[in-house]
Amino acid sequence: MTEPILEVRGLRTAFSSHDGPVPVLDGVDFQVADGEILGLVGESGSGKTITALSVLQLLPAAAQVTGGEILFRGENLLELDRKQMNRVRGADISMIFQNPRGSLNPLYRVEKTLEQVLWTHRRLRGGAARTVAIELLADVGLPDPRSVLRRYPHELSGGMCQRVMIAYALASNPRLLIADEPTTALDVTVQLQIIELLGRLRREHGLTLVLITHNLSVVAELCDRVGVMYLGRIVEQGPVLDIFDAPRHPYTVGLLGSRPTVHVEGDELRAIPGQVPDLRNRPSGCVFHPRCPLVRPVCSERAPARETVAEGHDVECHFWRKVAGLVETGRVA
Amino acid sequence: MSRRLDGGDQRAEAPAPPAPEQINAILEVRDLRKVYPVRRGLFGRASLVAADGVTLTIDAGETLALVGESGSGKTTVGRCVLRLEEPTAGEIVLDGRPVSEASSSQLRHLRHEMQMVFQDPLDSLNPRHTVGELVAEPLQLHGTVPKDMVREEVQSLFRMVGLGPQHVDRLPHQLSGGQQQRVGVARALAPRPKLVVLDEPTSALDVSVQAQIINLLRDLQRQRGLTFLFISHDLAVVSLMAHRVAVMYLGQVVELGPKATVLEQPAHPYTRALIASIPVEHPLQTRERITMRGEPTSPIDPPRHCHLVPRCPFAQPICSEVPAELVEVMPGHSTRCVRFQREHRNGEWDP
Repeated sequence: MTEPILEVRGLRTAFSSHDGPVPVLDGVDFQVADGEILGLVGESGSGKTITALSVLQLLPAAAQVTGGEILFRGENLLELDRKQMNRVRGADISMIFQNPRGSLNPLYRVEKTLEQVLWTHRRLRGGAARTVAIELLADVGLPDPRSVLRRYPHELSGGMCQRVMIAYALASNPRLLIADEPTTALDVTVQLQIIELLGRLRREHGLTLVLITHNLSVVAELCDRVGVMYLGRIVEQGPVLDIFDAPRHPYTVGLLGSRPTVHVEGDELRAIPGQVPDLRNRPSGCVFHPRCPLVRPVCSERAPARETVAEGHDVECHFWRKVAGLVETGRVA
Repeated sequence: MSRRLDGGDQRAEAPAPPAPEQINAILEVRDLRKVYPVRRGLFGRASLVAADGVTLTIDAGETLALVGESGSGKTTVGRCVLRLEEPTAGEIVLDGRPVSEASSSQLRHLRHEMQMVFQDPLDSLNPRHTVGELVAEPLQLHGTVPKDMVREEVQSLFRMVGLGPQHVDRLPHQLSGGQQQRVGVARALAPRPKLVVLDEPTSALDVSVQAQIINLLRDLQRQRGLTFLFISHDLAVVSLMAHRVAVMYLGQVVELGPKATVLEQPAHPYTRALIASIPVEHPLQTRERITMRGEPTSPIDPPRHCHLVPRCPFAQPICSEVPAELVEVMPGHSTRCVRFQREHRNGEWDP
């Protein structure tokens, strides 16, 4: 693997509450290589958004990073002061959010929004800024960029807003883009357009992307590698084909099986029993054990160590060999 | 691809559609029209046609899915069926009795025969009542069971939706999203309705929990012969739930037919685009690339004939020239696509 652009080691983040700190991230490790798309998948409460906000240090006031390292091109972001961090945000790392309309200033025309970022990060203004802004809007597939520049966010559809957001995020030529559920709030036919846009930007511009999603199908469309998150830990990570064809964590297997896919004959879905536990009642041992069909006494007593099951493919499960056997013999396929 | 870890037995497959001899329509919607007046500019007025000549029937024990993107009018149709919205025109008949003309007192009697499950379970449950009270309320309101039986009935409803007696005294916010939606289902089924309108009942839930609710709804339909109008934007979920599918675009049903033929031999470009937009199940899978241009156009002043023309990759001049009517092209399967109808007549169509 080439030198990672971003390397997160043992990241811990906690929310403060009346009863003391509530850990949300409990030792998250991952790397993103140049030009790669890493998917972070998980359900609500898994900590995938908090991971992104921790990297950018945009956490809400009640939350704090309590441990670990966030190395961006070798530099620990947690050691930077506010001014240095402001430079990293935007110039080096950009982020786009689920609700694009909520992330654009409603009082600014698209033109002003883009001019600001082009001035701040690239010292462009006037005609030069306008030319680049038009190029950016055309690049994200907006027809008639000149007229889009004159519009306010409320005059744009959801999909157009997300394209403007992507143009805005790319305006500073960041090394890394973090996209948090970029398609979730959009209509299905528009979701596909945004997925195709991100795929094209990667092919044409070598975009490096951390894609946060609850949707494994979006991962299948775009990602090179996947980290599966559950209750603040990455319980399995590996190349996308390994995750889909040779999952080794029972939770990954459960997520794959509970996806509704087009079944004309109407097959029963394999739901994962129960629900994601409350963060304040983090299960002992393996965090997934209360919902796991393979659970044994050891699972609640001892947290499983991370084991490498294939090149670049790690899993945290005491019984991953048993999962492997079940997957390989097709008993769960 | 579906996987199961414990290797246990698979549960039975989809609920069988009702046998032909006992089919009778529970719901008939004829030429439903709903128009909202909207302001345009300072003095301008326009109308938004949210439902435009929608005609549907649902047979007993059947699930009809209404599919479409935002602005397609699918929720408006659902709300008009329950008279939560007043239809502008058209007829709605529930089990032989007119809903569209019912007076408010008649409507109260009809209401317990048709119920709704909403997208956001927490929003639809009163936060100050225990979930047991919330499920008891419709029982008391409609006198479904004698007063002294209410408690017992609530417990049996809780069992039915997979909740335990320990949940009865909780407040809605003390339950997880999936449990809240189970309460929503129990509350809707309490008055033993003939028809349940399910409005995106799983869209707000996590994937693993979404699967639980889909399985629950399918089991309940099989056991109790329930009739569902299932509103969704997600064709994958629809394929698991529905017997028949109606695809809506800008207030009109553009394709209507049995699930299998709609999904496998779609006869309208919009349906094809919806199917093509289902993300792949596996990284190596490829899908048909039909990308609709732009986004759903404004439902105010849609194009005069086929509403899809500005976005349709297959549009021809004829599409803007003649009215697009819903025409049957296969048994029980209709499309509004003029071009498709012509190719089908000329035997040029190859699914």
